[in-house]
Amino acid sequence: MATPKPRVKVPKTASPGEVVTIKTLISHEMESGQRRDQDGNTIPRRIINSFTCTFDGVPVFSCDIEPAISANPYFEFAAKVEKSGTFAFEWVDDDGSVYSTEAAIEVK
Amino acid sequence: MNNAKTGLAATLALAVGLAAVGPAHSDPVDDTLVIDGELEMVTRVKAPEGHPFDEVISGWHYRTDETRALEADTFQNPGMLYTQRGEEVWNTVEGEAGKSCASCHEDASASMKGVGAHYPKWNAAAGKPFNLELQINDCRVSNMQAEPYKFDDPDQKALVTFVKHQSLGMPMQIDLSEGEMQQWWERGKERYYLRMGQLNLACATCHENYNGNYIRADHLSQGNVNGFPTYRLKQANMVSLHNRFRGCIRDTRAEQPKAFSDDLMALEVYVTWRGTGLSIETPAVRQ
Repeated sequence: MATPKPRVKVPKTASPGEVVTIKTLISHEMESGQRRDQDGNTIPRRIINSFTCTFDGVPVFSCDIEPAISANPYFEFAAKVEKSGTFAFEWVDDDGSVYSTEAAIEVK
Repeated sequence: MNNAKTGLAATLALAVGLAAVGPAHSDPVDDTLVIDGELEMVTRVKAPEGHPFDEVISGWHYRTDETRALEADTFQNPGMLYTQRGEEVWNTVEGEAGKSCASCHEDASASMKGVGAHYPKWNAAAGKPFNLELQINDCRVSNMQAEPYKFDDPDQKALVTFVKHQSLGMPMQIDLSEGEMQQWWERGKERYYLRMGQLNLACATCHENYNGNYIRADHLSQGNVNGFPTYRLKQANMVSLHNRFRGCIRDTRAEQPKAFSDDLMALEVYVTWRGTGLSIETPAVRQ
């Protein structure tokens, strides 16, 4: 539907060593490549094929995404934070586009 | 009345008891809707004068724990994706005049704040009440010189959702003193109590006499409209108010009036009045 637009939810603050929950969502068709249009032609596959999250350059979470993942993929995962920093998120589209966003967290 | 209600509920509870589904009683859930832990919504309010109920209750109270939780978190609420899409539509130039909604109305978070909470409104030029859909179509034709949306065009639903979302948490309140709104209210009231279809049901049969009871697996609410357009899990999509009206009427096996027809506009005026004071919940999440 819409132009892919990422959203993330990261707590603004945390205490050292706390395990925080991170939620991410991106609007995307996730066209599987299995469907056909009204004329019977295959609709070409176009999905987000990978997702990564890093914290100041250190990998936190990453995964490959396959065609069976439904539209608007949502990921929720936990991360332990020791110091203030920035989470960077990246989604890679089949057409080569990369959608990214960031969220800072303050540890005190 | 109350006894009859409890009796029916008890029978239903017995019937489903073995399968261990469904709550033991069917009163609306006692809970508070707070969006993202910040915005507290009015989901129960004293009914306006002349209302058959003492208290007006949002349909949110009639849904399961999981569905209620979806609405309370804008991150989880699938309807927010359509709000996002609506914002794009708002900023998209269409039509001969080379304008978008934003060309005139600019920032929707300021210009549309509270607007959706006061529709339907009397439109003197058309001689009938206008809801947001009709108002937007009128604007598209006369100001943007664009094609009016067909009923339930995905962009229409997204745009209405976006505009109405700008009034999130504000009380729904329509002005019946304008033009002939009072007559339309009367007409809507008649429609509300009119039995129709092979099943011989009026809106009031379920939503007034039997709200709180189950109709098969469905927990009947008061049928308030403060959450429309609503994200319905059943359709996995946004559902507009007139789509829901038509769906309900179809289920009584009556002939369905057309969307935005005089019958349904009158009904919208009346039903909106019945929910006076409830917070706008768009996009609400329902079963």
